Amino acid sequence: MEAGIVSYGAYVPRYRITPTEIGRVWGADGESMGQSLNVHRKSVPAPDEDTITISTEALRVALIRGAIDPQQIGAIYVGSESHPYAVKPTATVVAQAVGATPHLTAADFEFACKAGTAAIQTCLGLVGAEMVRYGVAIGSDTSQGAPGDALEYSASAGGAAFVIGRDHVIARVEHTVSYTTDTPDFWRREGQRYPSHSGRFTGEPAYFRHETECAHHIMEVAGTTPADYRHVVFHQPNGKFPQRVGKQLGFSESQMRYGLVTPYIGNTYSGAALIGLANVLDHAGPGERILVVGYGSGAGSDAFDLTTTDEIAKFDRSFGRPVQSYLDSGVELSYGVYAKFRGKIHMGGS
Amino acid sequence: MSIARFWRETPRRYNLGGSKCTNCGTAYFPPRSVCPTCARHRESIGKMVPFQLSGEGEVYSFTTVHEPAEGFEMQVPYVLALVRTVEGPMLTGQIVDLAPEEVRIGLKVRATFRKLREEGKAGVIHYGYKFAPVEETAVRPPGGSRTAVGTPATPEGDRAPA
Ligand SMILES: [Zn+2]
Repeated sequence: MEAGIVSYGAYVPRYRITPTEIGRVWGADGESMGQSLNVHRKSVPAPDEDTITISTEALRVALIRGAIDPQQIGAIYVGSESHPYAVKPTATVVAQAVGATPHLTAADFEFACKAGTAAIQTCLGLVGAEMVRYGVAIGSDTSQGAPGDALEYSASAGGAAFVIGRDHVIARVEHTVSYTTDTPDFWRREGQRYPSHSGRFTGEPAYFRHETECAHHIMEVAGTTPADYRHVVFHQPNGKFPQRVGKQLGFSESQMRYGLVTPYIGNTYSGAALIGLANVLDHAGPGERILVVGYGSGAGSDAFDLTTTDEIAKFDRSFGRPVQSYLDSGVELSYGVYAKFRGKIHMGGS
Repeated sequence: MSIARFWRETPRRYNLGGSKCTNCGTAYFPPRSVCPTCARHRESIGKMVPFQLSGEGEVYSFTTVHEPAEGFEMQVPYVLALVRTVEGPMLTGQIVDLAPEEVRIGLKVRATFRKLREEGKAGVIHYGYKFAPVEETAVRPPGGSRTAVGTPATPEGDRAPA
């Protein structure tokens, strides 16, 4: 496959809250909750941030880093489960905000946490078929758990944008495969504010089965074993699941080191695996093989077998912040301010 | 503000689309069709071209707002600033991602894309530029030493730009 990643950018909002602080309000032991999830802090969007603003910030960074003329973008797809409008695309606002309009196609993707990886696959097809010069795939979310629900300890906000093209590719896509079944592990019905999940069911038959089956499948297609990869990135709804699935598949801690970001920023849903990949690319030199296996409830996994090229040594990462700086920094909020920012306080009136 | 008016101003609010006089080189935001800087204004007619500001600039002056405008109740107190862009034009905008007490004259800022306001719960959402402090963007070289993931990071608080 000739097409690959030409540029990328990530964005995580500035605010953070700890599981200890969330547990304090709900009379739960938030500290041990955080430890059992391996989530130490999660990101919180400011009141004026949403999936559209996060996507735009991530893409602006990617376009400047890659010196890409926005008018050469032929497609923008934004994957999210928290699009600000039920009807009216996120992608049109993002396209306008980066100066890519009007000669392009744009659409929103939805598939729980894997809508962003599905968007990358679609862009690979369009670019590979030479229908567009550049395709943009974004995974971004400002997800919420119901107050007091287990999800509230991890659901966070952030996103990453990937520009797919054929020239100056920094990471070649050797293979991509998917694994999809009808599995009701997590959902949100129209009009419902918070998602529902089937408790423990979200583990084995859902996340673990899809991640491992998809990982096995791509390594079979590629003729590789875990030892062939320098880095591996899994979907990371918490910090524990990806560690466990990595161990089951035979990957070491050092292979997972850069791809695991959820312990420091929480589960950014559609952004999670993609911010992990952005962190890997922040640290990668030429000739490094990367395995990415995303996951979305409902359920499916998309896997990518990538190899960085010599172009990555020349890639200009100086604009925008490296992912590591988002993992290290942030302003911690009290639960009260967090609830205000996230619209969890009933304001009276209508 | 009406949806139609907001929509017409989209290039300005989303992309900082101004204009530039090709006769004397002065940049304007909002865009102008005649250059007031040229000694003979009419010499600029037909020589004004669309020009996009980079969004880089510094705080020229600012005020902290405690009585919020409608729709800004969640953000009080917030800072409104006059930002002198590197291209010259002065813009008014909100400063985000920095505590009001940390804002100062001369602070380097960069335009960021944010929600400006929502027309109630069912209405349209307006987006546009605000300004955030320019963060340090030091990038570690590939293979550089760092804390291994899996070791809990100690929250280090905000790293305000120096
Ligand atoms: Zn002039």
